Amino acid sequence: MEERLQTLKEEALSQIESASSMKELQDIRVAYLGKKGPITEILRGMGKLSAEERPKMGQLANEIRAAISEKLDEKTQVMEKAAVEEKLKQETIDITLPGRPVNKGNHHPLTRVIEEIEDLFLGMGFSIAEGPEVETDYYNFEALNLPKDHPARDMQDSFYVTEETLLRTHTSPMQARTMEKLNGEGPVKIIVPGKVYRRDTDDATHSHQFMQIEGLMVGEDVRMSDLKGVLQAFAKKMFGEEREIRLRPSFFPFTEPSVEMDISCFNCGGSGCSVCKGTGWIEILGGGMVHPNVLRMSGFDPEKVTGFAFGMGPERIAMLKYGIDDIRHFYTNDSRFIKQFNHI
Amino acid sequence: MLVSLNWLSQYVDIEGYSADELAELITKGGIEVETVESLNKGIKGVVIGHVLECASHPDADKLSVCKVDIGEEEPVQIICGAPNVAKDQYVAVAKVGAVLPGNFKIKKAKLRGEPSHGMICSLQELGVESKLVQKEYAEGIFVFSDEVTPGEDALEYLNLNDTILELGLTPNRADAMNMIGVAYEVGAVLNRPISLPSPELVRSEESAENHVSVRIEDEEDAPYYGATIIKDVTVQPSPQWLVNRLVSAGIRPINNVVDITNFVLLEYGQPLHAFDYDRFGSKEVMIRRAKQEEKIVTLDDTERTLSSDHLVITNGHTPVAVAGVMGGADSEVQGDTTTVLLEAAYFNSKLVRKSSKDLGLRSDSSSRFEKGIDRNRVVPASERAAQLIQDLAGGTVLRGVAEQGARHVEAKDVSVEVARINQVLGTEISESEVAAIFDRLQFSYKNFGGTFTVQVPPRRPDITITEDLIEEVGRLYGYDNVPATLPITESTPGQLTDYQVKRRRVRRMLEGAGLYQAVTYSLTSPAKRVFFSDESPEAIRLAMPMSEERSELRTSLLPHLLEAAQYNINRQLENIALYETASVFLPSGSELPKEEEHLAGVMTGLWQEHPWQKEKKPADFFVMKGVVEELAVDLGLQDRLSFVRAQEPKLHPGRTAAVHLDGEAIGYLGQLHPEVEKELDLKETFVFEVNLEKMLTANVEHLKYAKLPRFPSVTRDVALVVDEMLEASEVKNVIQGAGGSKLVDINLFDVYQGEHLEEGKKSLAFSLRYYNPEQTLTEEEVKSAHDRVLQAVEEQFGAALRS
Ligand SMILES: [Zn+2]
Repeated sequence: MEERLQTLKEEALSQIESASSMKELQDIRVAYLGKKGPITEILRGMGKLSAEERPKMGQLANEIRAAISEKLDEKTQVMEKAAVEEKLKQETIDITLPGRPVNKGNHHPLTRVIEEIEDLFLGMGFSIAEGPEVETDYYNFEALNLPKDHPARDMQDSFYVTEETLLRTHTSPMQARTMEKLNGEGPVKIIVPGKVYRRDTDDATHSHQFMQIEGLMVGEDVRMSDLKGVLQAFAKKMFGEEREIRLRPSFFPFTEPSVEMDISCFNCGGSGCSVCKGTGWIEILGGGMVHPNVLRMSGFDPEKVTGFAFGMGPERIAMLKYGIDDIRHFYTNDSRFIKQFNHI
Repeated sequence: MLVSLNWLSQYVDIEGYSADELAELITKGGIEVETVESLNKGIKGVVIGHVLECASHPDADKLSVCKVDIGEEEPVQIICGAPNVAKDQYVAVAKVGAVLPGNFKIKKAKLRGEPSHGMICSLQELGVESKLVQKEYAEGIFVFSDEVTPGEDALEYLNLNDTILELGLTPNRADAMNMIGVAYEVGAVLNRPISLPSPELVRSEESAENHVSVRIEDEEDAPYYGATIIKDVTVQPSPQWLVNRLVSAGIRPINNVVDITNFVLLEYGQPLHAFDYDRFGSKEVMIRRAKQEEKIVTLDDTERTLSSDHLVITNGHTPVAVAGVMGGADSEVQGDTTTVLLEAAYFNSKLVRKSSKDLGLRSDSSSRFEKGIDRNRVVPASERAAQLIQDLAGGTVLRGVAEQGARHVEAKDVSVEVARINQVLGTEISESEVAAIFDRLQFSYKNFGGTFTVQVPPRRPDITITEDLIEEVGRLYGYDNVPATLPITESTPGQLTDYQVKRRRVRRMLEGAGLYQAVTYSLTSPAKRVFFSDESPEAIRLAMPMSEERSELRTSLLPHLLEAAQYNINRQLENIALYETASVFLPSGSELPKEEEHLAGVMTGLWQEHPWQKEKKPADFFVMKGVVEELAVDLGLQDRLSFVRAQEPKLHPGRTAAVHLDGEAIGYLGQLHPEVEKELDLKETFVFEVNLEKMLTANVEHLKYAKLPRFPSVTRDVALVVDEMLEASEVKNVIQGAGGSKLVDINLFDVYQGEHLEEGKKSLAFSLRYYNPEQTLTEEEVKSAHDRVLQAVEEQFGAALRS
């Protein structure tokens, strides 16, 4: 009997070993360990054994059952693992195929530049003022110290709508509009982004419509050195930490003294190249100390307060910053152009 | 203003500075040097030659064989093709081995069998612009009229070793529109003294006043007019030095008398005019306003019609010059002129500007008068010209000047405190530094304890107030020496307004949804302006448009956005999704138009695409609608925005919705009418335009958190068969009304029409979610609410449940 049990064990283990499917294993389990299986059969014949041998045989039979069962479990696990692996293998994909594009657009480059400048000045405590694009002659010129027969009006030939109204030639009219509302009480700290218009024929460097950002700060003890400091911060933010600025004397009717600001060339670092026309410097913007007539006309006392103002062109800044060669690109909206401004 | 450095060095010592260094210093001082240009365009080996013999070429009519002394042992033979070459001329010779502009090398050559050792040059061949070459040399070689020595460097005689600075003058610095003014400026910048010409005149006994009288009708128009008479003048070509000065300033030499007036204009900034006394037509100079429709033929042989806005010089009867702008042809100095009436005057700048503008005539003279000349230099300039005519044209200057008006004006006082200078500039400039700067500018001043009272000379009319003096000090102190500081005023919160915050959010939302931002022009054509509207408001039109295409302000953003779409499609870019936020301009009844910020979008082609996964989602009405709905969500307006079937010209009659905010129409959304698509060569195109201002200024409650559900909700799906014309929103409204407070969500999830459904019917499937925030819903509660819904849709629409 012992011999038969041992043979059964050998048989079962070898069958388990060679089984190749879960079904086979199930069949083996039923065949050997089931109620009608050979082990149960053998145990039924135990009555013929001596009382001494009986427990021994019983124990042996149980051991053999356990061994077969354990082997079955072991094999099942192996096969399950293999099945999972097989499934994973079949599920393998080509991870080099392109991902599904996320549908998104982006800012126009001018908005990108304007928001960057806005954020810089917001951080310095300026707020953003906006005003009408059709302006009165008074706010566009007269309140800025440009009376009707001033020769400097030739500098900016403009689009008039009526004799007294025109498309603004700069966003500077907001200087007077903002100051008037404050009844002489400062401080004033604004920047004014917006569209402006001049009588120019559109070509690679001219546009009858373009953007401008005007800045104005008025208060007690506002100095030209402050203008220099603020513009230096601007230049470094927009064109890189290593940029230097220089102020050159210039002329605008609404500022006195007036300056133009150059930055050291970001392309050559100052040694001279085609971007800076060999000078090492690039002209970026104009500004100066607010003319006392402008302060006075807008209700501020030039004896008590001083101020600085500046104006810059986002197109020019974008053209320099991104190397854009034709101002018309900003207004034709070629998607191959706009889509380039989709990242940091 | 073109500044010859050779000329400038007559007045101020510029030794020790290269042209580039000088340019940099002048620029930093406040007058921008735009270009630095050497007149020598790469010339080497050009000398003076003396034509000893000149004979016709045996085998070529147009060539001459010349023997030329070029200062070497033997004369050389040069074949010359110029028609004006002749024996005894002194000419410029490019020797063998010489280089001319354009790296043109002169080699030994044979011309029709005759050897040629060099080339006799025209001025053009030496790099002089054709328009500056005197008429007599325009078609041939240049011939020296002065005594010169063969073999010497020709460049020096022709001033081709000069360097020219081009100044870009701002309107306030008209004082630098002449060499003396530039000398003052350069002297101040370099801190060097200047020396000015002091004309020495020998006047005859004969008095000018016997020959001419001067009368000014209104001294407001012409504060001063002086006439000098010079007799016995010989009109002839100018000497080379004078020719050189004019050419270096970009003016073509004509004859000595005209050249002298131009030279003095350049030197003193004083426009002068020389009349032929014998052709003047009377002995009286009368300055008055022109009569209406009065006519004059000016020097350029053009007849001009004048009006009382214009000031003229007359001979008592007819105009002989437009004051300060241009002389008349009748009294022009000509080759046979012997007596010259030399005008030196000060005219009202506004009047000169008006004449110049009305007549479309800008001259070197008018541009100086317009910007203001130095009143105190009128008479000295006149004397300078008279002296030169005396020296160079053999003239006799008569005693006295026939004149009216004051010759001089007093300097004006302007004061400034040193403390104020430092307060405005943010500097610490000392009193003595300020004094030194005024010295450099050659301003007289008095200083009492740091308050400078400066006598501003009339040559600097731009300086009228304290701030002007602060600028003078600042620019010469150097802005490089001004520190960079940060403002010390009270701090202010820098923040966007609510409106600006929302606008930024709108842009980001739209971009997140796949639209790109466009920026288009505000000015449009009348046709485009009214494109999307049958009854457009009245146009806001430019008084003087540059073109019809840009003549009116737009009232809608879509036309230009569609233009941008077309632009892209014409470049094989088919999938377009663009938006723009910008102002439109509407009549307001008051002085300025109403400016309203709009938002518009356009989509055509594929909206989403992922080819290898076979995904292609074309843009359609509902993609566009979804964008607008999501925009409303972003702005907290989701329950206040609605879409109402509408008709819009140019849009598809069955695919157009009006966009309503709180029940008020604020724009529209739809597909372009197929005919419009065809007209614009677009495929199916979807557009929207809304009044963004309304959306951004609508009052919105602050965002508040809603408690998370504590009890399970129950969802019931229902498919209703209704008439196909019935709109889903109507059904939804009825469901909403009938469902009661426990019905919290109605979601349309299927629309079906076709097989298994009766003709003319459609099935709408909704998913209804019931929820009670207080406790778990009972089966009875759900059933009773759901039954009410079913009953209501049955009663209202005869809707049957679809099995
Ligand atoms: Zn560079």
